[in-house]
Amino acid sequence: MSSQSLQYASDVRGWRAPSRGMVGMLGLIAAESAIFTIFVVAYLYYTGTRVSHPSPREVLDIPIVATICLLSSSFFIWLAERAIARGQVKIFTIFWAVTWLLGAIFIGYTATEWYRLIHYDNFTVATNVFGTAYYSLVGLHASHVIVGLLLILVVLLFALFGQVKFEHAERIKLLAMYWHFVDVVWVVVFTVVYIVSR
Amino acid sequence: MSESNFPLSGPIAGVTGNRVAVEGPPTWLEHVHSWIVTVDHKKIGIMYICYALLFLLVGGAEAILIRAQLFFPSNQLVSPESYNRLFTMHGTTMVFLMGMPLLFGFGNYLLPLMLGARDMAFPRLNAFSFWVSAFAGVLLYFSFVGGYGLAGAGSAPDVAWFAYAPLNEQAFSPGHSTDYWAVALIANGIGSLGTAINIIATCFCMRCKGMTLRRTPLLAWIYLTIGGLVVLAVSPLTAAQIMLLIDRYLGGHFFDTQAGGSAVLWAHFFWIFGHPEVYILVLPAFGFANEIVPVFSRKPIFGYNAMVAATVGIAFISMTVWAHHMFTIGMSSVSNAFFTLSTMLVAIPTGIKSFNWIATMWGGKIRFQLPMLFSIAFLFQWPIAGLTGIMLSVSPFDWQLHNSYFLIAHFHYVLVGAIIFMFFAAFYYWYPKATGRMLNRKLGLLHFWLMVIGFHVTFDPMHFLGIYGMPRQIYTYAADRNWGTLNQIVSVGGFLQALAVLIFVFNLVYSYFKGEIAGDDPWDAWTLEWSTTAPPPFYNFAVEPAVASARPLWDLKHPEDPDSAYE
Repeated sequence: MSSQSLQYASDVRGWRAPSRGMVGMLGLIAAESAIFTIFVVAYLYYTGTRVSHPSPREVLDIPIVATICLLSSSFFIWLAERAIARGQVKIFTIFWAVTWLLGAIFIGYTATEWYRLIHYDNFTVATNVFGTAYYSLVGLHASHVIVGLLLILVVLLFALFGQVKFEHAERIKLLAMYWHFVDVVWVVVFTVVYIVSR
Repeated sequence: MSESNFPLSGPIAGVTGNRVAVEGPPTWLEHVHSWIVTVDHKKIGIMYICYALLFLLVGGAEAILIRAQLFFPSNQLVSPESYNRLFTMHGTTMVFLMGMPLLFGFGNYLLPLMLGARDMAFPRLNAFSFWVSAFAGVLLYFSFVGGYGLAGAGSAPDVAWFAYAPLNEQAFSPGHSTDYWAVALIANGIGSLGTAINIIATCFCMRCKGMTLRRTPLLAWIYLTIGGLVVLAVSPLTAAQIMLLIDRYLGGHFFDTQAGGSAVLWAHFFWIFGHPEVYILVLPAFGFANEIVPVFSRKPIFGYNAMVAATVGIAFISMTVWAHHMFTIGMSSVSNAFFTLSTMLVAIPTGIKSFNWIATMWGGKIRFQLPMLFSIAFLFQWPIAGLTGIMLSVSPFDWQLHNSYFLIAHFHYVLVGAIIFMFFAAFYYWYPKATGRMLNRKLGLLHFWLMVIGFHVTFDPMHFLGIYGMPRQIYTYAADRNWGTLNQIVSVGGFLQALAVLIFVFNLVYSYFKGEIAGDDPWDAWTLEWSTTAPPPFYNFAVEPAVASARPLWDLKHPEDPDSAYE
């Protein structure tokens, strides 16, 4: 008996399965969400515990410019996605580069913030529970931004060497999904760290 | 045409039917190389399974040492320190290095074949996940050598498999053994996550033409649910392990109770993973029963839709019950009530499943082949495991018996009586497909009866030991406690099970060379994996199948009365 005979009968015209990449990326995002949830829960759990000096209000400034940069990068990556889906490679490259730049500004801000905290405020991961929770949560998010920036940079290099074409639109869309996720997580982290707990 | 081109679509050129063209035999080195670089789901599945069997023997040996130590009161066969390492490694090994790889191995092997696909959705991610998991096993066991650092004599994790804080902190667990434990579980978690995403994508995207979600084999539904649970439940464990490493290496205070950290938080995080994990492990058992019980009762599964709903229902409920592991830690009465009730809810979907299997057998023409024997044992043992679970879900009852041998008996009834028994059933059922030969029936019957007797001799008296007050994880006990006789019975049962497992492993090897030739479809079954050759060629199906019902091979064998006519 061969599977040849299994070809009979069934009306399979128009049979289409969902995109593998999309399902895979959604699975990854679900898993990452679970990881972030645990860190956010830990952060909120320790909010308001009486800690030794310093407390969040003493050392944290609200990162308004960095937040605007990161969130607007989602808009530019969407423009880039749309451009490549229409085959406009040049426009794609410009918007893609802008996305990378905005992400880099964000991570640069985080770096200077950490430098200031560690060197001028003597505030480290070992200082108190707040330090442990703060560096872990913000660091977890920053590491995701760095991974995203590396991936975007790889695609940017391919684009500059003329290797990105219309047929890569779906893969680029998947990478953009990851970037959108990183931005959405920042909304949560920002709210928890800089507004609710400060 | 090489493996790395898969999955590709369209008919395979130059292949008639599903027969492989025979080429010259590869050298030994080529053979080993082909396994190491493979992205073929069947080879990866078999490697997962062999890896799991290896750790079944290792974890089993640890259990035997534990039982030997508890054979006599005030026994000193192993030192107290070694005893702590033994039960820690036994638990960690059986859950992470035996249970998870075994279920992923079967999933890998079976899903593409059952869905009519040529490979998993992401073949390279699949290979990566396997090798990361394998690395995790090596890391965990390397702790025996490297646990104290390079200078010392060596150690292994001794913090129990849930590694409660603050025992898991640097101050109370110095040396590197706990770090090996944490890093191994992170690596294993990454592997599990990769395979879980792969399984989800395979179940959604790789189904053959005509296989709508309501025609998908129930095992695929089960694995889809497992994939979702792994994604949502194993990730929190990874997060908690990262926190633990931040505490241990960077001087953080997450679980450091002296600096404002919380030990209870660790318990919550661990069990947010730990309870869904139980369902991750038991769901494949349900899935195998879904496939095996109908074929050996010669009837279609009773209540397909109810089975799917129950599976997904179990997954949802299992995410809300974790704190029933923590009744004795001390929670508010509202939490106690909530987690008691949510835990009891699990009984509804699992009950639906049990009754559906019985209804499938009802009026069927039952064939008592080995897979069915193990399934029937499962059908008896699983409800008992579930009932003691409902007893323990009542928080005042749990206060009396938590962390006693009653609890140990309860979860071993699940892990061995349900999960291991159904994995054995699955081995007997699909071994002919994977190797082309039947497992020896006489050895199989010996294995079955030794296993059933050994299982009940071990775990039934354990309930009484718990009621008589014996706590878990104790090194030894005084003679005047009167626990001696029962412990000896339990240990004898453990030795019987070990013998049964050895016979089984011998049978796996023996039948590979000497087993009766099986043919492509020895059980007269109905799902797509039986439509290809045994063992299947690496492209699985020369022509991609298309189906019109949930039992495509029934339709093929009975054109006069196909299932598709009733849809």
